[in-house]
Amino acid sequence: MCAAPKQGGPLAGIDLSTQTVIQGSVWYDGAPVAGAYVRLLDSTDEFTAEVVTSPEGEFRFFAAPGEWKIRSLASVGKGERVLSAEVGLNETTVVID
Amino acid sequence: MSRNDVLVTVDWAQEHLGRPGIVFVEVDEDTSAYDGGHIEGAVKLDWKKDLQDPLRRDFLDKSAFEQLLSSRGIGNDDTVVLYGGNNNWFAAYAYWYFKIYGHSDVKLMDGGRKKWELDGRPLSKDAPERPATQYRASEPDLSIRAFRDEVVAAIGSKNLVDVRSPDEFSGKILAPAHLPQEQSQKAGHVPGAINIPWSKAANEDGTFKSDADLAKLYAEQGYDESKPTIAYCRIGERSSHTWFVLRELLGRTDVKNYDGSWVEYGSLVGVPIEK
Repeated sequence: MCAAPKQGGPLAGIDLSTQTVIQGSVWYDGAPVAGAYVRLLDSTDEFTAEVVTSPEGEFRFFAAPGEWKIRSLASVGKGERVLSAEVGLNETTVVID
Repeated sequence: MSRNDVLVTVDWAQEHLGRPGIVFVEVDEDTSAYDGGHIEGAVKLDWKKDLQDPLRRDFLDKSAFEQLLSSRGIGNDDTVVLYGGNNNWFAAYAYWYFKIYGHSDVKLMDGGRKKWELDGRPLSKDAPERPATQYRASEPDLSIRAFRDEVVAAIGSKNLVDVRSPDEFSGKILAPAHLPQEQSQKAGHVPGAINIPWSKAANEDGTFKSDADLAKLYAEQGYDESKPTIAYCRIGERSSHTWFVLRELLGRTDVKNYDGSWVEYGSLVGVPIEK
């Protein structure tokens, strides 16, 4: 339902011919960040979803084609990344400075 | 009712850990968060397994709610402090639920689990030990819960506040974007609904905005204070967050949460939909 499913893991069972998947990982100081909060913002910067990264620092969203912003908030700091997504798999990395 | 009666800060929470008469309750759908570490002594409530009827789409009935709270060691006179993940969505839902069954002293921890974690506050893996109680619930207070026919009847007369994201409101996506976009219901919103996303009421760390900012937000978005209000989202948890803001923080009267929300409305035969 509305709580986030487990982050990361295989794409088995996800139909990449219809779903627009945005996934990746959050990094800080050369290592992935577990337990970081990652939010997906639409083209007007409005909140669309938020997940918490897996132990491997991974996140995954199911969006729609278009412009998106990914913002990460963790105890070590913040990071941001803008991307243009298409139907299928869109992979990205968010680095916390 | 004011902010201090219904909301506690994380500092207050940490200072009151282990205090008799105060029960912390974590409410999540994904309870792996709780199992991986929770506020010391906090009781776990699983939004789906504990708070929904196992067969029908509805709440627990009064006696099942009494059994649940009794078994978790929550008493009628306890101060219940709710918190959870997802920016307190499910904790706000539980707040509204506890109010429906008449619990007198219930509060939300501002910022929820996220604020607690971001502050680096301590988490425990120990299971709480609380002796069972004899909890007695009131008859459900339906003055704060809306059903589908009321929503249809409210079109054009009451404030219908759709608190989903703009892309869900417009029908571009069908669910919050952490979920696969495969839903059976139609896309769109209730005709005349105003879109005031729940997230506009919260800061990035999950805490609520100030009362002044909140009042300004709803006024700017076309919310008519003189009319009764029904809030909805997809399954009724984000709209509990907004119900909490409107009724408990801003003190608006006649505010209902429509927990059937878009999953129900978008599946009804023959009702009007706007897109």
